Formats: sequence, structure tokens, C-alpha cells
Amino acid sequence: MLSSTGIRRFAGVLMAGAFTFLTTGVLGDSAVTPGSKAAGMEACVAPTAEMRRNHMDYLKHDRIKTVRKGIRDIRNSLADCVDCHAAKNGSGGYAQIDSEGQFCDKCHNYMAVDLACFQCHRKTPGEEKLSQSALDGGNVDHRLGLLRDKDAPAALAADELVQLQAIVQED
Amino acid sequence: MGKHNDQPDGKRRQFIGGTILAAGAATVAPGILLTVAQATGESQGVSSDVRYGMLIDTDKCVADCTACVDACDKENGLDLQQKPKGQSDDDWNAQRPQWVRKVQLKDRQTGDITDLPMMCQHCEFPPCVDVCPTGASFRRADGIVMVDRHTCIGCRYCMMACPYKARSFIHQNVVNQLVAAPRGKGCVESCNFCVHRIDAGKMTTACQDACAKEGHQAIVFGDLKNPESEIASILREKNSRQIRADLELNTGVRYTDL
Ligand code: HEC
Ligand code: HEC
Ligand code: HEC
Repeated sequence: MLSSTGIRRFAGVLMAGAFTFLTTGVLGDSAVTPGSKAAGMEACVAPTAEMRRNHMDYLKHDRIKTVRKGIRDIRNSLADCVDCHAAKNGSGGYAQIDSEGQFCDKCHNYMAVDLACFQCHRKTPGEEKLSQSALDGGNVDHRLGLLRDKDAPAALAADELVQLQAIVQED
Repeated sequence: MGKHNDQPDGKRRQFIGGTILAAGAATVAPGILLTVAQATGESQGVSSDVRYGMLIDTDKCVADCTACVDACDKENGLDLQQKPKGQSDDDWNAQRPQWVRKVQLKDRQTGDITDLPMMCQHCEFPPCVDVCPTGASFRRADGIVMVDRHTCIGCRYCMMACPYKARSFIHQNVVNQLVAAPRGKGCVESCNFCVHRIDAGKMTTACQDACAKEGHQAIVFGDLKNPESEIASILREKNSRQIRADLELNTGVRYTDL
């Protein structure tokens, strides 16, 4: 507990540094990137000052709800951050949200925070959240499974097959 | 009534069950410390009133068809990884991610051949969860066994523990992921019954849809606990088997005509 308030206080110092950085930079006093949905909006998912200070805790709290409990309408969804905060690039697409100068890099770069999140999470808004891929067929690239070989199927004697399902009970 | 279904009687499990409960209580504590004041009208999350399961009719599964495998690869972004330059086919096939694979069994006496898709069997008592040192392997209240990749350290104990060889490890960097399927180097992953679809209220898995589209209809997904569900009614009508039923893991994936 002690160390966690310590970190909090330290984060406060860092945030003060971040604001100095933002206010002295050409960017003005907001990290919100031009060309993002957020640039045309009034508010974040929580009051701005609160988001600045606590977004890391919020994200790490809410992701447990999604992954462990299947709660999908969490307030602090990383996919939603990307939806609002990713900026359009010149060529019609989106800039990767953690690339240099983009929203999730601006402050972090200054603080030397290196996010692992985007090694797994998509860095640009997706076309659709729920893929219909199974229904569009398309992929006809037939590949063989790991254990499967047409010429030499896994050989099992009848008694071995029975061993695979040893206890067959009347219920 | 009284069809074979390999249902374990659970007696052997009682001691282990107690240990699992104790461990469950311990992992709740850090969660409470993490609590952040928040009052939103969020949904309640999954409940143990349902248990998701899958029934595979091996009679309907066709030898050269890989529709389920391809659909799974696409749905979960597994096809974002390609064979690295210079790697042999053998190494690639042994290490590439695979959530569902086709297995062919041959009875040595009769030559009888059975085809079936093999994936995470979503055990009630999953060995992967027992051995996981960080609690990343877990079983959701609704019976889906999965990896919380925020806690996975990539040790791969679960891969060794799984009797079904159902888990894969990601050996490469992945780019351009699907929004619904974050994944990256260094974590273990496996079939999660297309959890993003299920949570979105879509009650089919990608493999099931693909199998139906091929006209085979060998895969039925649904709630084992709901007597009205298609899967429960077929299980009442037909004999079914659990693979490695001798381990008494009470799998959520069942097979008929095996
Ligand atoms: C609905 C769109 C939307 C979503 C979703 C969203 N934001 Fe924001 N965010 C905004 C807007 C608009 C602002 C600017 C608010 C202002 O001007 O005060 C903002 C501001 C911020 C700020 C303060 C920036 C600064 O200049 O100091 C942070 C930090 C932030 N958001 C983080 C996040 C994170 C993390 C997430 C995901 C949990 C997220 N946002 C999700 C719209 C959004
Ligand atoms: C090793 C891969 C990996 C890494 C690294 C990772 N995540 Fe995730 N994350 C996942 C997976 C897998 C899910 C589950 C997605 C699903 O089921 O929809 C997820 C889900 C989430 C969710 C809920 C879904 C959403 O978008 O709202 C949040 C929030 C989240 N992660 C935040 C983070 C944050 C913050 C970080 C970095 C500190 C991070 N994750 C790092 C794999 C990863
Ligand atoms: C207004 C500045 C600012 C912006 C914009 C910002 N962050 Fe941060 N973030 C910080 C600071 C400062 C820290 C480090 C706090 C500390 O050291 O305790 C941090 C830390 C984090 C952490 C915890 C570090 C870790 O490795 O787990 C996560 C996760 C995070 N930010 C996610 C995001 C995401 C996602 C975005 C983009 C949507 C974002 N942040 C945008 C200031 C910002």
C-alpha cells in the first residue's frame, strides 16, 4: 500500500512535468491529436483531468472485467480509446496511435513510458468490431492440421481407441 | 433416456475441488485492492447458470475438409502469422498457432477411419488452470476456458499439461491485429469458443458457421445446462463421448459417433 501511494505521488510529479511539456510545446495545452474523432468532441469518457491522471489504472481495472467476466460495455475500453484518439493520416488511413507524436506516444515519450499494449492490440480503428469472416468464405487456402497426414493417419488399435474414452457410464 | 455420455461421478475430484475453491478466494483479494470508484450502468457479466459446450458429430465430419480450421484462423487472426523465412515446414507446422485442427483416427484392426476437429475441450476441471503459476489460465463462470493474456508470462506449463495438445504459443511479432482478437508474441492462446462473438450475443462460433456453410453441420455449439438447447436435446437422444474420459475432466466438447 505504502509503495502504491508513493508511486501515485511520483506520478503526480510526472504529470506536472507532462503539462509543462504540453503547455510549452507548440501543441497548446491538449494532447488530443488533430484529425482524430476526439478533436471534434467535447469530452473524454471521464473528466479530462481525471483521465490524465488515472487512465492507466482505469484501463487495467476494466480489462479484467472484460476478459474475466465477459463485460463488454466497460467505460475504459482500449479499442474505444483508439477509435476516438487515433488521427487520420494524409493518405486516407489512420496513423498508428502509439507511433511518434501520436496520442498514446505524446506524453509517454516524454515520461519514458513504454506501452506493451499495442504489441497485441490493434493500433488503428477497426472497420468492424465483430468479424463476419466465417460467413464470407473467401479463404480457400486448404492447409493440413498438425497431427493430420492423409497418407499416415494416427494409427490406433481398437483397445487404444477404447482407452481414449475409458469410462463410459450409464447416467 | 440413459444415454452414454461419459459423465464422471466426480467423487475422485472432491479433494481437488476443495483446493480449487481455496485458490479462488486468494485470487479475489488483489482484485478488490484494484477497485476504482466507478458508477456506470454496466452489464453484470457472465454467469454460471450457463455452461457452453460443443457437440461434434464425427459421422458428418469430412476427411479433406478444413473449413472449420480456416474459419477459425480468420476469425481469430491466426492467419496474420506466416512461416518465417528459412524455417522448415516441419518446424512451422509444429509451432504455428492452431486453435482447432483436424485429426484422423484409424482403427488398426478394422481400418475404420474417423475424422474429427480437435480443439480446447473446455474442461470443467482444466489441467491448464491447475498448473498455471500466474492465474492467467482460467475458466470463466460460463465454462469457457481461456488465457488472460494480460497475466500470461509465456511459461507454457499449460501446453504441457493439456491432454489434448490444444494450446499454441506465439513465437513471432504480430502486426495489424483484429480489434476483436488482440494477440502478440510471448503468450499462450487457445480456442475460446469465439468469446467475442458470444459476448456480443451471437450464439454461434466461426467453425460451426463454416461447417454449416459447407453443408456438413457436424458442429453444434450451445448451453449444456439449458434443457431446451439444441445441444442438450441431442445429448439426450444420442450416445456421446468425452475424449480421455478416464481423466474425469468433464469436458465441454463432446463427440457422437466416435
Ligand atoms: C468518445 C471519444 C473518446 C473516447 C472513447 C476516449 N477519449 Fe480520451 N478524450 C476525448 C476528448 C474529446 C478529449 C479532450 C477533452 C478536453 O478537451 O478536455 C480527450 C482527452 C483525453 C486525455 C487528456 C489529454 C490531454 O490533453 O491531457 C487523455 C489522457 C485521454 N483522453 C485518454 C483516453 C483513454 C486512455 C481512453 C480509453 C480508455 C480514452 N481517452 C477514450 C475523447 C475520447
Ligand atoms: C499479450 C497480448 C496483450 C497485451 C500485451 C495486452 N493485451 Fe489487452 N487484451 C488482450 C486480449 C487477448 C484481450 C481480450 C480481447 C477480447 O476478448 O475481446 C484484451 C482485452 C483488453 C481490454 C478489453 C477490451 C477492450 O479493448 O476494451 C482492455 C481494456 C485491454 N485489453 C487493455 C490493455 C492494456 C491497457 C494493455 C497494456 C498495458 C494491454 N491490454 C496489453 C491481449 C493483450
Ligand atoms: C496527458 C498525457 C498522456 C496521454 C495523452 C496518455 N498517457 Fe498514458 N500515461 C501518462 C503518464 C504520465 C503515465 C505514467 C504514470 C506513472 O508513471 O505512474 C502513463 C502511463 C500509462 C500506462 C501505464 C504504463 C504501463 O506500461 O502499463 C498505460 C497502460 C497508459 N498510460 C495507457 C495510455 C493509452 C492507451 C493512451 C492513449 C489512448 C495514453 N496512455 C495516453 C500520460 C499520458
